[in-house]
Order: sequence, then C-alpha cells, then structure tokens
Amino acid sequence: MVKLSVDGLKKLQEKAAGELMKEGRTDLLICGGTGCHATGSIKVIDVARNEVKARGLENTVKVVETGCNGFCALGPIMVVQPEGIFYEKIKPEDVPELIESQVLKKTPLERLLFKDPVTKKRIPRQDDIPFFHNQLPRALRNKGIINPESIDDYIARDGYKGLAKALTEMTPEDIIEQMKISGLRGRGGAGFPTGIKWGFARQSPGDVKYVLCNADEGDPGAFMDRSILEADPHAVVEGMVIAAKAIDSHRGYVYCRTEYPLAVKRLGLAIKDAREHGLLGKDILGSGFDFDVEIYQGAGAFVCGEETALMRSIEGKRGMPRPRPPFPAHKGLWEKPTILNNVETFANVSQIMIKGGTWYASVGTETSKGTKVFAISGDVNNIGLVEVPMGTPLRELIYDVGGGIPRKRKFKAVQLGGPSGGCIPEEHLDTPVDFEEIAKVGAIMGSGGVIVMDDHTCMVDMARFFMDFIQDESCGKCTPCREGTRRLQELLVKICDGRGEPEDIQKMEELSYVIKESSLCGLGQTGPNPVLSTLRYFRNEYEAHIYEKKCPAKRCVNLLDFEVNPELCTMCGLCFKACPVDAVAWKKKEVAVIDKEICIKCMTCFDKCKFGAIF
Amino acid sequence: MQQQKGDWHMALSIKPEHPDITEQMWVDIDQIIADHRNTPGAVITVLRMSQDVVGYLPLEMIDYISYGLNLPRSSVYGVASFYSLFSFVPKGRHVIKICMGTACYVKGIKEVMDRISYTFKVAEGETSEDRRFSLESVRCLGACGLAPVIVIGHDTLGDVKSDKIIDILENYQ
Repeated sequence: MVKLSVDGLKKLQEKAAGELMKEGRTDLLICGGTGCHATGSIKVIDVARNEVKARGLENTVKVVETGCNGFCALGPIMVVQPEGIFYEKIKPEDVPELIESQVLKKTPLERLLFKDPVTKKRIPRQDDIPFFHNQLPRALRNKGIINPESIDDYIARDGYKGLAKALTEMTPEDIIEQMKISGLRGRGGAGFPTGIKWGFARQSPGDVKYVLCNADEGDPGAFMDRSILEADPHAVVEGMVIAAKAIDSHRGYVYCRTEYPLAVKRLGLAIKDAREHGLLGKDILGSGFDFDVEIYQGAGAFVCGEETALMRSIEGKRGMPRPRPPFPAHKGLWEKPTILNNVETFANVSQIMIKGGTWYASVGTETSKGTKVFAISGDVNNIGLVEVPMGTPLRELIYDVGGGIPRKRKFKAVQLGGPSGGCIPEEHLDTPVDFEEIAKVGAIMGSGGVIVMDDHTCMVDMARFFMDFIQDESCGKCTPCREGTRRLQELLVKICDGRGEPEDIQKMEELSYVIKESSLCGLGQTGPNPVLSTLRYFRNEYEAHIYEKKCPAKRCVNLLDFEVNPELCTMCGLCFKACPVDAVAWKKKEVAVIDKEICIKCMTCFDKCKFGAIF
Repeated sequence: MQQQKGDWHMALSIKPEHPDITEQMWVDIDQIIADHRNTPGAVITVLRMSQDVVGYLPLEMIDYISYGLNLPRSSVYGVASFYSLFSFVPKGRHVIKICMGTACYVKGIKEVMDRISYTFKVAEGETSEDRRFSLESVRCLGACGLAPVIVIGHDTLGDVKSDKIIDILENYQ
C-alpha cells in the first residue's frame, strides 16, 4: 500500500465519496453492532448477500455491514439508502420478501417498518422516527452509515481531513486554541476542558509524552464508547493523532475493556489500515510527524477507568490510583507527561479541526458546549444510543427521544452517571443536560448512561445494588473507600432484609459524607452518591422499609409476604402456571393460594400477576 | 518443539507438572512469554493469553510466567488476583456470564440469576459439581438494548426471562 500524501488523501476522498452512496444504487445498511449480532444480524447479512447475488442484483444493490446503529433494542436493523427506510427485527427468512418489495417494487414492506410505541403507527423513514428525529449526530455522525471496517468509507465522509489540516496548516498552539474555543469538555464524566488539558501537557517538558484513550467503559448502563468503536473506529484514531500533534507525543495507547471483543477487533483493524495508508506511524501524510497507537486490553477492573489507575494498569501493575498532584499532564504513564481522553472526546476532535471551535460551540449551554451521546436504557420504550445538544431537558430525552415508559407504568426516577451518579425524580425532569445543572440535582453527567426506572423499582434496592458494585470494585488502597463502602453496603442489606433500625439513615448519611471527603480517587469520592441521592428524593421508601418493614415497590423479597389478596385476585391462574416449584394452588374460579413451605421466593408470580394481587 | 527467541526458557526446560496443562499448552505459553518478555508492562496481556490457552490460571503456571517474565512471583500473583478476569480455579464446560449492569438489574436479571442458581445448584462465582456450568456475574456488557443479557460460552442472549432460561440452558449439556 502506498502511503498517502495530503493530495493523495484528497483524491482518495473524492473517489471514495463517489463509491459510498453511489447514485442509482440501493444500499442495504445492516447493523453489525454487538446488540444486533446477538439478535442474529450476521445471518441476516449472509442471507441478504446471497439473495442479492441469486437475483443478479450485484451492480445495483450493495449490502453493507455497518457499526452500531444505536437503536439496539430493535435489532437486527436495516436501513435502506438512498430512501432512508428503516426496518426493525428482521429475521433471515424475511430478507427475500424485503428485497422483493423494497428494492424491486420500491414499496416499503409494511410489517417490518418501525412501529411507534406511543401512536402504534408504522413509520417508514428513519428521519421521521422520533428517536432519530431529535438527534444531532456529531461524534456519531458516521454510525450506521459507513462500513467501520473500510477506511475508504471513512475517508469518503471527510475522514482524516481534520488530521491533514492539523498536520499541515496548523501549529500545535492553533490546535489547542481551537479546542479551547470549542469548549469541549471531557466526555468520560469529569468534564475537564480538553483544550486546557492538552495545553498543560504541551507545556510540560519532556521528550517522551503519551496520548491515551480511555475505552474502559465501566459504568453499567453506558455503551457509547463501545458503539463509537464499533461504528467509527477511525474517528478515534484520527482524534488521537491530532492530540499527539498538539502535545508533541509519538506514542499512544487505547485502553479498552476486554468485555468488548468486537470493538477491539474493529479498532485493531482501523489501526492497521491507518498504518498501511500512512496515517499512523512514521512521517504521517508526508508531514514529518510520527505517531503510533497500540491497543491495551484491560482485565476487568472498574477502578481502571480512573486515570492514574489506568496508567498503572498499562504499566502492568495492579490498577490502583495514586494521589494527585503530580497530575498526569506532568507525570503520567511511566512518569512521563500524558493526556488521557475518553473515546467520545476523541471522536469529536476531527470535526472541530475541520469546522472550527466556534462551530462546535454553536450548540449547547453556557458552560457545556456541543453535543453529548447518551445511552438510554431500562424501563423506556426506545432503548439505544442518542446524541443530543447539551441543554436538552431530561424530559425530552426520556419522553420524546426515548418514547416514554412502556406497559403503561409510571415513571419513578432516572439514574445518571452510573455508580457515581444519582437518581433524579419526576420533579426535576426539566433539568437540562449540562455538567453543572445535573450536579445541582444530586447526580452527575457521567459518561452518559441514562437508566430509566418505573414504579416497580425499589430505590433502596437500587442503592444497595450500586453499593454492592462500588464495594466490590473498590481497589482497597484507601481506608475510607475500602471499609466505608462495605459498612454502607451492610447497612443497606440490613434495611432491605427488614432488619433496619431508625438510626441507620443518619448513620448512612454521616458515613457517606466521610467517604466522599476522605477517599483517594473519584471512585470513593462519588461512590456514596446513589445512597445520598435516593435518601434525598426517596427517603419515604427507606422509612417504609425501616418502620413498616414494607417494600413499596415490591422488590425486596424478604419484606414480601408471598400471599394472595383475595380482593384483587381475578382467579386467572397465571401465577399457578408460572410457578417453577408448584407452590401455588389454584383451580378455576378460585383464588390462588401460595404454600410458603414450598415457595422459593423467585418472584415469578409477582411478575406474572397483572393485578398486583400478590403482596 | 518450536524454538523460541532468546534462551530464557533453557533454565526452565523442565515444566512443572499439572493435570490441566498439556504439552502443547506449555509450547503455546512459552511462545506467549517469548513474544512479550521484552515489552514493559506486558504481564496482564501474558496472563490473559495464557488463561485463554488453559482456561484458568493454575498457581504453577503463574510461577512459570513469573520466571519467564523475570518478575517476582508476588507481583505476578498480585496482578492476577486484582483483576476480575483472572480465575485460579477451573471453569465448567459452559460459562454463564450474567450481566450485572444497571439496565439488566432494573429489568430483572437477579431473578434470572436466582433461578439458574437454584435449578443447577451452582452459586454465583462457582462451578457446578458436574462441571457443567460456571455461573459468573460480570460487569455491564454494554448491550443494554437487549437487557437482561446473559452470555453462555460465546452466545449472547438478550431479553432473557427467569421462566424461560432453564429451557434455554437445557441446550447446553
């Protein structure tokens, strides 16, 4: 492969752009993200390729395996371009009919079109679906459009153009200046201004500097980094090279979770292709600048998302954080100046170089500029990945983009920021997504996981769930986090088991503040947040657990009686049919009775009963 | 046997005996060590790849790796015990990974876990007596769109329900 020059890149771009979305050709873009793979998209892609071949349509129809489309709950997904028709839940056997109808007859196949969960109407065009309609893709601009394993596709969509500009037309100071103007803040959660971080590392003396990319997406319920790496890995590589130029680094690592095998594979391929095209390695684009990247796979430790712990881990040690200062911009990986940015942060960089910092800052709020990717999941109709401008109210995110709460249940809380974040109740749903505003209501922006919970979720149980997580992932280096989180978790287990005492609430509050103030790293400093935020907004639930020994949401098994309320029972027998151990006695037109001797408290009958008759 | 670069393995020409590690596995492990012994910070990578070869990390192998990488045994063991990826005990024929992400939790993964645990008499983090299943809880797999999610071997299954899971698992003998 010939190494590209700036001119060569431009020529390749023109050629590739003509090839991508070629006029007169129908493109079947089938999602090949982790979610759709699990629901069977690999098979669908195979069948589609064979079908196209069998019908002799190779010249007019192209089947493309794209990265994560974002609308993960509906997989396997296919988008037909140029018409922009969106199909959901495709089975391999649907493919011939779909091609017949969509490609040959030019009429969308009604039964596989997206069905709006609210209006129950079928919507053919992707852009008309509320989930996509309200988005502003920037970091995700290529998702579902290009083949992530093709560097040509990426180049066709202005890929590496930002790099060419940064290497040939801009000084490192210009790059940092544009990043500062853009107002881009770290998308990993802490929200430190990226331009300022790069500026510190630039000024830091040293021959050897490192650029690190944090792809150790540990927050449960967050999958934006995975999706970006699966759908547009080159954007991350390009962002890293630009960062390297800015701080004068020649070596970089992507620290990626080992739980994301597909992301690792596609990123590895992107790095290889970029190297072969002269976009990584020695003398990039003939500019004389050298930089290379390597993937480093983590081994399953949440704390390694913390920057100093991540660096220890790359050094091959136990991933434990250390006190700062010295900050990594001065002494990071192997004691050399280092910058660490999140996947999503890097994915934005190239666009900022091409269009300028002012363009990026044109949307957003006073202190939080640009867009943010959120992973919406939990008890919500439209589950998936969305990118919206900063300042979008949470209500819009959940009800317009997310399509509201399924099964006619009631919204209870939305959890933001993973185990470091908090639960926000209904009354604060008009809070805009903005680093400062979210913090005011007791959560954090975090990496972008948005988990919606309906009224069947017990908030005490949620707090216990997060404390289990934090306690388990605490590295054990500092005492407040190691011991404190364990005590907190014990108190929560005690309350959930019905052994709670009135003074426990105050104990938890005191303990939480001590842990927050005295822990070494972000894990402990934010770990008690789920407890504090649930205590702030859902104190009545804690009180019900402690004083009445009741779980209002009926989730804590030790507080449930496993009895049937004869007044509510409709004698339908669903509980009887569902019980795995035959503990339910029921006959037609009789109220069911649960034998507590046999019952294993598996909750199946609770889930099956539509009338809330079991308590 | 393939010859490796360098002569480090000469000192260890006698491999420790272990019932779970075959001759070929030692060859593979030697190769992994040879490929990485000059890379600083490679111990996690070596442990991960070696675990992929054998299925878990027997203590004899950790000792062997520490000689190979010229690191103290304590520090290799320290790394191996820190990260949740590494296991010191053998796994079952089918490893069931239960996603313990928030979305899966909200959607009822706990009931799924309890049901598997009850039916196959295997506690979380352990292997059933007949070595058929190992039950592990894992951190968020990032497939929240499919919640609740479990992974059996290499198969990712979405939208699993506690009343359906046992039937699905009967396919894995």
